[in-house]
Amino acid sequence: MGPEDDGVMPMEEDGDLDAEEQGRDLEAWERAYAEDRSWESLTEDASGLLLAVDVTQQQRQARRRYAASKGPRIQRGIIRYLFVICDFSRAAAEEDFKPSRMGIVANCVEAFVREFFDQNPLSHLGLIVIRSGVAKRLTDLSGSPEAHIRALRANLECSGDASIQNALDLARGYLSSIPTYGHREILFLYSALSTCDPGDIMDSINACKKANIRCSVVGLSAEIYICKTLCERTGGIYSVAISESHLKELVLEHAPPPPAIAEAAVASLVRMGFPTRGAEGAVAICACHREVKLGGGYTCPRCKGRVCELPTECHVCGLTLVSSPHLARSYHHLFPVPAFEEVAVTLHPSGKNDALRLCYGCQQELPVAGNKSVAGVRLECPRCKQHFCFDCDVYIHESLHNCPGCESLIK
Amino acid sequence: MVLEHWSKKNPTLICRKSENFEIKLRGLPQMANPQDDISQVVILLEANPYFWGERISRAANSAETTGFTFDRFLEHVLLFINSLFLLNQANRVVVIATGATSCAYLYDSQASEVAANARTARAVKKQSVVEKITQKLEDFMSKEAVCDLNQGMEDTRYSLLSGSLSMALCYIQKVLRGAPPHPRPRILCLQGSPDAPPQYVTLPYIAIMNAIFSAQRSLVPIDACLVGDQPSAFLQQATHITGGIYQKPSTPEGLFEYLAMVFATDLYSRKFLQLPGASGVDFRASCFCHKKSIDMGFVCSVCLSIFCKGQRTCTTCNANFAPNKPSATGQKPKAS
Repeated sequence: MGPEDDGVMPMEEDGDLDAEEQGRDLEAWERAYAEDRSWESLTEDASGLLLAVDVTQQQRQARRRYAASKGPRIQRGIIRYLFVICDFSRAAAEEDFKPSRMGIVANCVEAFVREFFDQNPLSHLGLIVIRSGVAKRLTDLSGSPEAHIRALRANLECSGDASIQNALDLARGYLSSIPTYGHREILFLYSALSTCDPGDIMDSINACKKANIRCSVVGLSAEIYICKTLCERTGGIYSVAISESHLKELVLEHAPPPPAIAEAAVASLVRMGFPTRGAEGAVAICACHREVKLGGGYTCPRCKGRVCELPTECHVCGLTLVSSPHLARSYHHLFPVPAFEEVAVTLHPSGKNDALRLCYGCQQELPVAGNKSVAGVRLECPRCKQHFCFDCDVYIHESLHNCPGCESLIK
Repeated sequence: MVLEHWSKKNPTLICRKSENFEIKLRGLPQMANPQDDISQVVILLEANPYFWGERISRAANSAETTGFTFDRFLEHVLLFINSLFLLNQANRVVVIATGATSCAYLYDSQASEVAANARTARAVKKQSVVEKITQKLEDFMSKEAVCDLNQGMEDTRYSLLSGSLSMALCYIQKVLRGAPPHPRPRILCLQGSPDAPPQYVTLPYIAIMNAIFSAQRSLVPIDACLVGDQPSAFLQQATHITGGIYQKPSTPEGLFEYLAMVFATDLYSRKFLQLPGASGVDFRASCFCHKKSIDMGFVCSVCLSIFCKGQRTCTTCNANFAPNKPSATGQKPKAS
């Protein structure tokens, strides 16, 4: 656009600037307004006027949802055996989610697999897809995230009907052979609105219940009676996604270990090996790939077989091989940080509680009662009585799993 | 007191230079090279009175004049902090003290800037880094002394590494939440006192491991420089997992050289340097019952406690184990 056009079409110039400001090359009609649903965060007062976005209120709401999901200290099933079942029937080709339901499901499963192994390093996961009424196992129960993601990426096509019963029976067959201390779980990502089964699906559901398999479903279309029954009977969670971000949220909710049902798994001592890392430069044939490897690798302490990565099961003698950090990664599920409580503080001009002016974790200024310069909530740890900001609260409970205040107090 | 001595004498020597340098640079346009790595260094300073007190008494006993005491240590660290600012004036430094009974922020290069802008910069003489740190450190040490009098416990001789590590990570999260061209963060841990003793191994161990995994997830390397006599198994694991550098100088008297040669390098430059590599990290577990390192053991399926022998009940979570199960779990690989 030349400089002489400026006066003629000011409106268009404005529009261009706007798009540039947002840093996107998309035209207005190409932007996905459906994704962020910005209109939903607007609030109206009694007379219908729009109110400014209230940061404090938003943070409170976010915390409420978060607090509801975290119950009191409960026993959790840490050693999990989970099958993720993806419905790649005709319904998965629908394009209400962009680019298609199948693409979104694949992305979600990929994120879920990584998060799952990050949070449950001692657990195992397998993939099953339903296509043309038949359930097919993509990967066996194993511990390597990359193998699952590769297998899923290579199998992206959809056709035919979906069958819950076939998938349930297949997964149950594999889960019946795992050790008694493991927690058996199935997670469906279900696109279809119907199921096309060879027999009575109620029999399969009852069999799953009997085998202590916890079945959960995340739906992509609408609530279906049979899915609800399945989850209710087996103690799982049924949820239906309303948007792409919601779907991801719902799927990732299944990554932390679920509360353990008393009879679901028998407590037992598991024999595990803690292998030492092989010396650099040593030549050995690994048992997992049957290839000659130079250096690295780990040696099974029982049979002296060589494996490439941990955690895994020894391919020769079947011993579970882990390293101590893998165990340590799960300990935070057992010693959770107590939920912080919202408090209000007025600062004395004398500077008596001056230490409470800043967040104990990140030195950010905290909101003070009666002073509107800093918006947000102020949170207090019930154990060490230190105060934190909203962002630190989220980080401490979701990633760090340590309270900096409690850790810097002598116990 | 040593600290007062420091703040009076040395800022004129060290900081004048860096300030002059800064003034000259301020006229130049900002270099916009994206690979020009700006660092956010969080230094965890060993400030455990037991450790440094023992150092002083040892130096007095052996009548050595070259003992590595706290004031010497601080001298090296302050030089190092000033040289970080010399390397790149946009570098940011935070210092957190790791004590025996508490942890506290000593210095934040960002916070001081804000405070200086609020007041009229000309009227108030700019405090030097050295003055700020020594002042806060004196407050911190007097608080530590009070805590010590109140508690008077013998077991508090290890430093609260998990606390200062958690604070550092919270701070780094704040930096990472900021506007996109944020500096690349790393943590430098200067530890002297030994790791937490074995009878307390479980809780501090879990807290430190939690912090390490969180650092790994947000790609923050943890560097460790040991100024004490003993190696630290915790920090060896931390540096190995997060990709940092672990070093235990054989002569702590030359600490500044180690700091300048190894730990001053930003993360981008590290690719081109031959830095000390990780050597044998012991990842073997130790059992909860005898604290022995073991190759093979039994793990409770409920709480993941490690035992070296089969047991009826778990001593940690009181779970009753099904009889004869340990032998059944070493099963053959499933036919598939």
